Amino acid sequence: MAVQPEVLKPPLTEVGLLGWLKKNLFSTWYNALLTIFSGIFIYGVLRAVITWVVRDARWTVITTNFRVFMIGRYPPEEAWRVLVSLGIVVLLVILTWMSRKTKDNPMQRWLVISWLISIPLIGILLRGFSGERSFLPLVSEDIWSGLLLTLVLAIVGIVASFPLGVLLALGRRSKLPIIKVLSTAYIETIRGVPLISVLFMSQLMLPLFLPPEIRLGTVMRALTGMTLFSAAYTAENVRGGLAAIPRGQYEAARAVGLNEALVMVLIVLPQALRAVIPAIVGQFISLFKDTTLVVIVGLLDVLGIAKAVTGQREFIGLHKEVYAFAAVLFFICCFTMSTASRRLEQTLGVGER
Amino acid sequence: MSRGAEAAERRSAVPFWRDERVLKLLGQILFITLVILVAAWMLSNYRKRGLTFSFGFLDEEASFDLAEGLPFSPTDSYARAFLIGVVNTLRVAGLGIVFATLLGLIAGIARLSGNWLVNRIASVYIEIIRNTPLLVQLFFLYFAVILNLPGLQEAIMLSGPIYLSNRGFAFPALRPTSSFGSWWPFLVAALIGALVLLILRRRTVPSTGRPAFNLLWVGVPLIAFPAIGWQFMRGQPLILDPPELVTMSGGVMRIEGGTIFSPEFMALLLGLVIYTGAFIAEVVRAGIQAVDKGQTEAARAQGFTQGQILRLIVLPQALRVIIPPLISQYLNLTKNSSLALGIGFLDLYAVSSTMLNQSGRVVEVFLMIMASYLSMSLTISMIMNIVNRRIQIVER
Repeated sequence: MAVQPEVLKPPLTEVGLLGWLKKNLFSTWYNALLTIFSGIFIYGVLRAVITWVVRDARWTVITTNFRVFMIGRYPPEEAWRVLVSLGIVVLLVILTWMSRKTKDNPMQRWLVISWLISIPLIGILLRGFSGERSFLPLVSEDIWSGLLLTLVLAIVGIVASFPLGVLLALGRRSKLPIIKVLSTAYIETIRGVPLISVLFMSQLMLPLFLPPEIRLGTVMRALTGMTLFSAAYTAENVRGGLAAIPRGQYEAARAVGLNEALVMVLIVLPQALRAVIPAIVGQFISLFKDTTLVVIVGLLDVLGIAKAVTGQREFIGLHKEVYAFAAVLFFICCFTMSTASRRLEQTLGVGER
Repeated sequence: MSRGAEAAERRSAVPFWRDERVLKLLGQILFITLVILVAAWMLSNYRKRGLTFSFGFLDEEASFDLAEGLPFSPTDSYARAFLIGVVNTLRVAGLGIVFATLLGLIAGIARLSGNWLVNRIASVYIEIIRNTPLLVQLFFLYFAVILNLPGLQEAIMLSGPIYLSNRGFAFPALRPTSSFGSWWPFLVAALIGALVLLILRRRTVPSTGRPAFNLLWVGVPLIAFPAIGWQFMRGQPLILDPPELVTMSGGVMRIEGGTIFSPEFMALLLGLVIYTGAFIAEVVRAGIQAVDKGQTEAARAQGFTQGQILRLIVLPQALRVIIPPLISQYLNLTKNSSLALGIGFLDLYAVSSTMLNQSGRVVEVFLMIMASYLSMSLTISMIMNIVNRRIQIVER
């Protein structure tokens, strides 16, 4: 009878919890030292943060002002309009997210159409109509504030900048020297100066160059600034996408007999825009963070509300609570979006083709 | 057929309204006319408001005070005020770039550490900072942390003497004395000596094939020359000027001497360093990961230590990938320093906005702001592009 060779179990220190500990935390003496120091550091930080959050922080400043943080000076009796708008957006986001893997074209076409319709619809819903006995009373965009304003600035900023950005990108790649030089000059100038200077310019300088009859409110001016700024960055992203389209695509389309404009619209742009979706999401995240700069020109976005709240007499000295709350709010939004965009990148398979 | 006739025939074959060259030219002319028309319309609106355009106001008295940076009095001109703003921006951007690079390098390496805890700390830092707006961080740092530091009476005193309070960060300054004028040639000699040794050291291996002398030798002239010079001087050419807490009449306290970073400067510098550091960490991580794993394995097989592998094998190669995105992070830091306005640090932007409110010269001041930021951006990218070229050349 053949002797069954004895199977030795791996030593206890190499597998399981102990093995993991040894491999990841105590592989060498200096690693062990590092582990101990980091352990002490983490313990200290966590203890301080948790005791502050649980015991010392006065969260009443957030709970009493929660509505103000979300919608600011939007009239409370009209708050349902914001909720409905939010509902529409959430529904569309969920549907889009679910359909990201399907190759079902009609479904996706409907989604695109409903997105396109929903944006002006939400605009109308939020703003309402002027007039005495209006079904939706006018809520001027100048009193939109809080998270609502932050979202409006970021979304309108990215959506409105898109057509301009695509045109600028095409202009920069154009063979026509004048158009190329002007587009490049615009893109590089905007990218070379801080957003805040563009915002200030749209607040202070824009009205000087418009006829006195056209009066833009502060929010509209901020939106103009955001759009002009964001367009330069969109253009660079789109240009990246255009550069990724192989030359054969142009040549084949030309050979089939399409003229240059049709080649762009039918063949190149659809492929290029698909490739830049992740970059645009990234740009949206940074634009979302950058909307906070409108505080400096006196608008009341989330951060503006936070600053105003810390100025109230009963909440004086509660800077930590208020700004920590604002930071958490932004963190949740941005972290979710960046995680989602990483997923999206995988499912789109960008860069794999 | 003559050349002229050939051309004539081609021209007749395609009518000019379908000739691509003519169309392209016409399109461009149309476009530029449109741009000029819009610009003219905007200019006429500007003129209608009775506004003029001139930089003459720069020589006028500013009549506001600036508490930060170079000395300034309200009787000085707008031009000097602007200059002080530029210097303050350069100060915060320069220091910020240095410290953010250090922090980013450390965090980026920690992010790839085999040690699980170190790795987690670095990634939590990076994720939190990258996903919150810089302005929120600045407000938190300034209003919630730095202004909440103890007052001067119970200032946190570190050894050295270094004071940390809600009035700023004070530390000893080095001040030149009257004999500094005859001492500085020794400093120049030290630098030249060190430079000569460095060049010799770089040439040793290619010309002789023998290993070069230790880098530490370069430090010898750096220390020796100034020290010899010091002996010949009457009195000390440089003195250490430590900050001192002085109680004024009425129990008011203030700090005298030393260098003081104002709370606004501290908050802005700290905020920019922490924020940009997180972005640089990601750049560094991506750069290191771009180096082929075989490089590390080969180095380990040859008996290099972990530190040597990082210093001699991985980082020099990673640098080539790191530098281009690093340039844009430096540019971002410089542009982000304009957020100083939010916490009241008098940088180029904040000074300009005061100038703008006082003089009403909106367009002129904006042109100056734009020109300053654009020239700073261009300078940084020029310097970094030179560095980039030098590093890329090494590639085989």
